[in-house]
Amino acid sequence: MIEQEIYADLSKKFGDKVIEFMEEGTHNPTVVVDPTSVAKMVTYLKDDERFQFDSLMNLAGHDPDGESELSVIYHLYSTELKHYITLKAFTSREEPRVASIAEIHRTADWHEREAFDLYGINFEGHPNLKRILLEDDWEGYPLRKDYVPAEFYRGMRIEKVK
Amino acid sequence: MGRLHAEEMVLNMGPQHPSTHGVLRLKLRTDGEIVSHIEPVIGYLHRSFEKHAENLEYQMITPFTGRCDYLAAMGSEHGYAMTVEKMMGIELPERVEYLRVIFAELQRIASHLVALGTFGLDVGAITPFIYCFRERELILDLFEMASGARLLYNYIWIGGLAHDVPPGFVEKTYEFLDAFDEHVAEYNHILTGNKIFIERAADIGVMTPEVAINYGVTGPCLRASGVNIDIRRTEPYSIYDRFDFNVPLGQGLQGTIGDSWDRYYVRVLEMTESAKIIRQALDQLPVEGDVKSAIPRRIRPPKGEIYFRSENPRGELGYYIVSNGKNVPVRLKMRSPAFSNLSVINEIGQGWMISDVIAILGSLDIVLGEIDR
Repeated sequence: MIEQEIYADLSKKFGDKVIEFMEEGTHNPTVVVDPTSVAKMVTYLKDDERFQFDSLMNLAGHDPDGESELSVIYHLYSTELKHYITLKAFTSREEPRVASIAEIHRTADWHEREAFDLYGINFEGHPNLKRILLEDDWEGYPLRKDYVPAEFYRGMRIEKVK
Repeated sequence: MGRLHAEEMVLNMGPQHPSTHGVLRLKLRTDGEIVSHIEPVIGYLHRSFEKHAENLEYQMITPFTGRCDYLAAMGSEHGYAMTVEKMMGIELPERVEYLRVIFAELQRIASHLVALGTFGLDVGAITPFIYCFRERELILDLFEMASGARLLYNYIWIGGLAHDVPPGFVEKTYEFLDAFDEHVAEYNHILTGNKIFIERAADIGVMTPEVAINYGVTGPCLRASGVNIDIRRTEPYSIYDRFDFNVPLGQGLQGTIGDSWDRYYVRVLEMTESAKIIRQALDQLPVEGDVKSAIPRRIRPPKGEIYFRSENPRGELGYYIVSNGKNVPVRLKMRSPAFSNLSVINEIGQGWMISDVIAILGSLDIVLGEIDR
């Protein structure tokens, strides 16, 4: 199975930066990795002859419950070899920092901006990290589970959701 | 004489601009007539779909998905329903699968018709738009027959359909298909081969396969660059493996592979292929079968996560859903095709004139509803 092969290979190459392999409870076998080394691993997976992950299908931020760590999920695909791998990087709530892969996969440029916009995750090395869907002066990160909207935005009352 | 110094000017296009296909703003940095940098500004139509989804039960999200890509609501609903079904392991009755494919492909034709018509409008051809909308109207009639709505259907439910198609639907769809090939010939006659149109679209905004893949461009825009990836073919979902159809690729018939004209023409060819699929599906459509029999009483996908993608008219539509076993998702992310398709515009639009940027934007066929969500 290609996913286990990738996990074994990444572990050999990056040592303890590769944390674990998740198969249970997900339809897309996932390798959990260290947030600061994501960029290196994605580059490696893209350039290696055996893997050729040239396409980033999706990049999503995630906040499970408003207390535990935030995470970023990368869904990679190889257009040549037609196989998949999912990477997941956990990062702290207080200081969420993940290495940016925007220069490797241009798809990530806007997707990382979206995750920054809605989850407040900082992608280090991103060329233009600013809000994309919301206004620049919006307060807070709406998709975090502990988000409480401000009372006013530029003098307009924000309606409370029940 | 000293060198003439040309100042760069920043030109705001939109958000209220007829050719931006919705509320999109493009910040163009121009040097005279030549565009040197394009910065799309999006978010004007942000309705916090993903935040809403975290507070809604699974079956209540279906109508919201249609409102994201409002020109291909059936496609969005189909993708969403399949994702949740896959999480729950639901087996569908044959009749449901066939009807879903029929609707998804009809929607593809309807969506491509809007794309062709508005692209024509963008470059100054007003008549073809009316022709395209004439046929789209017939498809909307079919949708109205089945679901009661013309734009936002809430018809494809998790585990089945809202209700079966009414009597006469199949005959009317055949009728539409019988006339459709002739109509495609009409579009080709009036727009595809039009000299002015070719001048405006051919060789403009060439997208190489590497750029397309790197930016996550999918759908007709990717195939126009000659990359043979159609999720219906590379990993058939639903029952797409049972049909015989081609995947049209850009060939550079009027210029270079991956130019705006190719992106246009791939859509024309795809409509014919979709019509072929619909005809086969109608021929094989099982008469028996309760379309509601597999709809679960309680929708509580087991704990876990999934990323599932399907081929929407605009490209790869993916849903990333995280469930904790309750009836409300913890996280629902929609990977919308137009979001990534639009992000490429700076790369392929640089160095062209302002009027060419309009043509390139038209050829990308974006829907702001799913970009902003």
